[in-house]
Amino acid sequence: MLSRTAQNLYWMARYIERAETNSRLLEVAARNALLPDTGGGNRNEWESVLHASGSATAYAEKYGEEAVQRNVETHMFFDRDNSSSVASCIHSARENARIVRTALTTQVWEAINSAQAEMTELTRQERSSISTSEMKDFALRHMAHIRGAILATQLRNDGYDFMNIGHYLERADCTARILDVKYYVLLPHVSMVGSGLDNYQWRTVLHAMNAQRAFAWVYGGEVTASKIVDFLVLNPKSPRSLICSAEGVVLHLERLAQTYGRPTGATARGRALLEGLRQLTVEEIFDEGLHDFLQRALGEVLSLGQEMTTSYLNGEAR
Amino acid sequence: MPDYFNEMYEGGGVRTPYAGLEGWARDMPADLRGMKQSEAETLFRRIGITFAVYGEGGSPDRLIPFDMFPRVFAADEWDRLERGIKQRARALNAFLADVYNRGEIVRAGRIPAHLVYQNDAYEIAVTGFTPPQGIYSHIVGIDLVRTGPDEFFVLEDNCRTPSGVSYMLENREIMMRMFPSLFRENRIAPVETYPMQLKRTFDSVAPKKCEGEPTVVILTPGHFNSAYYEHSFLADMMGVELVEGSDLFVEGDFCWMRTTEGPKRVDVIYRRLDDAFLDPLCFRPDSMLGVPGLMNVYRSGGVTICSAPGAGVADDKAIYTYVPDMVRFYLGEEPILKNVPTWQCAKRDECKYVLENLADLVVKEVHGSGGYGMLVGPKATKDEVELFRLKIEENPHNYIAQPTLALSTCPTFVEEGVAPRHVDLRPYCLVGKDISLVPGGLTRVALTEGSLVVNSSQGGGVKDTWVLAGR
Repeated sequence: MLSRTAQNLYWMARYIERAETNSRLLEVAARNALLPDTGGGNRNEWESVLHASGSATAYAEKYGEEAVQRNVETHMFFDRDNSSSVASCIHSARENARIVRTALTTQVWEAINSAQAEMTELTRQERSSISTSEMKDFALRHMAHIRGAILATQLRNDGYDFMNIGHYLERADCTARILDVKYYVLLPHVSMVGSGLDNYQWRTVLHAMNAQRAFAWVYGGEVTASKIVDFLVLNPKSPRSLICSAEGVVLHLERLAQTYGRPTGATARGRALLEGLRQLTVEEIFDEGLHDFLQRALGEVLSLGQEMTTSYLNGEAR
Repeated sequence: MPDYFNEMYEGGGVRTPYAGLEGWARDMPADLRGMKQSEAETLFRRIGITFAVYGEGGSPDRLIPFDMFPRVFAADEWDRLERGIKQRARALNAFLADVYNRGEIVRAGRIPAHLVYQNDAYEIAVTGFTPPQGIYSHIVGIDLVRTGPDEFFVLEDNCRTPSGVSYMLENREIMMRMFPSLFRENRIAPVETYPMQLKRTFDSVAPKKCEGEPTVVILTPGHFNSAYYEHSFLADMMGVELVEGSDLFVEGDFCWMRTTEGPKRVDVIYRRLDDAFLDPLCFRPDSMLGVPGLMNVYRSGGVTICSAPGAGVADDKAIYTYVPDMVRFYLGEEPILKNVPTWQCAKRDECKYVLENLADLVVKEVHGSGGYGMLVGPKATKDEVELFRLKIEENPHNYIAQPTLALSTCPTFVEEGVAPRHVDLRPYCLVGKDISLVPGGLTRVALTEGSLVVNSSQGGGVKDTWVLAGR
């Protein structure tokens, strides 16, 4: 397959997943902000969301230093100047899809197209009439529609693998970022881990992932930081966990290696990422420090992405 | 008002080819017609077949209006057209092979040297090189108009990359979906084989160095191009990759494309961009659309470019006048299809005639296309005519003039029911090792009452074109 086509499919999938993450990030912040401000210290959820999405600098340039809900929401959802806002992601996904129209089924194309059309309509609405949860619902509904169309109708060829690798890599990246928000809102005192406030904030993470019930089924009882980290990092049953995403990436990398008759640098890096997660324990994560671990994981996801480019997407591979 | 030939009704009766359509059109209730029309529109939109018009602004997602009333040719009518079209396509290719080699036709004094060698489309970079099978123009689009039962005229030739064939195929597809019974009742020759024949044509002109099954690609300027839909449609139908310049590179004696499995050698490039953009090392140095070094590979027989760079010299409006001579000169045959009488403003006496009769003539720019920069004398206002007079006097070399043809009409659905509208025809002749023509083409229709301009940029629409199968 043409490298550029693979590139378009891969990025289309990444943008779809990214749109979903950003709306989930907003939901985490909105819920945390409802808490009474009793903990003191660094409690600006909206700032933490900007940090987690990696767009704090761009925000400051446009809206100034202060992170207020309304501006952050506009910035992260509607603002086309922000290349990772939900609106921008949907637009980019559609642009990528348009270029490779013939590699997509009609259902997939129509799902992406209608997301773009309805986004345009939403933008025309009075901004104050749109609540945070409406924004999240909008994004989740459309992204599920697109993803569903891909899973149900796309031919299982190498293009399908590139889409899925994009999807799972972005998801790994997203889960790490959403978890990292917790680092920013938490006082960096170990003593705070396990306190009541702390647990409420952790719960919001589950909520934003639509995973409260799943969590309850798997662990039952008390919500603790270590259970949540286990659930979102190390438990392969949890669909948004790092390890589950890594498994998805590796599955499709192996399929590519088989189709093309040779493994690449990306295959090796993917295997290493998955193996590393399999051998890790929650204790080790907290020993390393959650933030440090997450930053390391994000780094590994990033270099796997770069390796994808070198191995498949830039057409330089020999 | 001239008497226009109506392709369906003649002397109070219905002409045979249209016999199967009379009842169909008469019995269709108005509300059903409206429903079908909007169904067709939805189908076109869903397929995404849209057309952006250069220089008109507006939405790039505009649809070309589709008229459901088919245009029909009888088998014997088509036989003659087919022979004429193939003859012309052979002559045009012979001309190209000649002017890039010994130039016999110029030496024989049949065509003035400056028209060929000083032509902007003449490509010095390929002189002395003969492409595989000696074919330069692999897809020849010949624009035809009809003025009577047996009167067909060639309006112009398109030897570079004639567009619109996707409409021919989609129009048929949509008609078959909407009116299957028409296809059961009439014996309509299929056009669906076009993409396969196109692929076969490309395969047959693979370069000598090609080993095994040739790898064919379509080279597009990109998804912002107005014909991008057609490029991707044809790639999809032929099962070949649609590439941009940046997907290709030259290494050693070959051209390669970047794939997820590493470089893959390319044998035949169907390019949908102009000569000037093909290779920045050979043509425009500022072009980002092409492939550096491509022309070297081409000239050393590593890749075939379709159509050949420089093929445009054969479809120039000044050269057009000489195509009947080409037929006689190279093939020793009498031309089956006639040219429209043409006056060259570059010639003093002819220019004089043009200026004196401006209000009755159609004036075109020599290098123009798409109906732009054109004067239709009888339809123009006094001011427009005077403006053209100034333009011609200022730069006579830039203009040719033709009589206003009494274009035939075909019944067309309009607001009030069915009414005659003027039509033309563009068939697509494929030239490789063999020469072939699918029975059909693109019929364009001037939807405005009385209008003779069928260009989609000027309110033209399209129709499905039927050729009835012989017995």
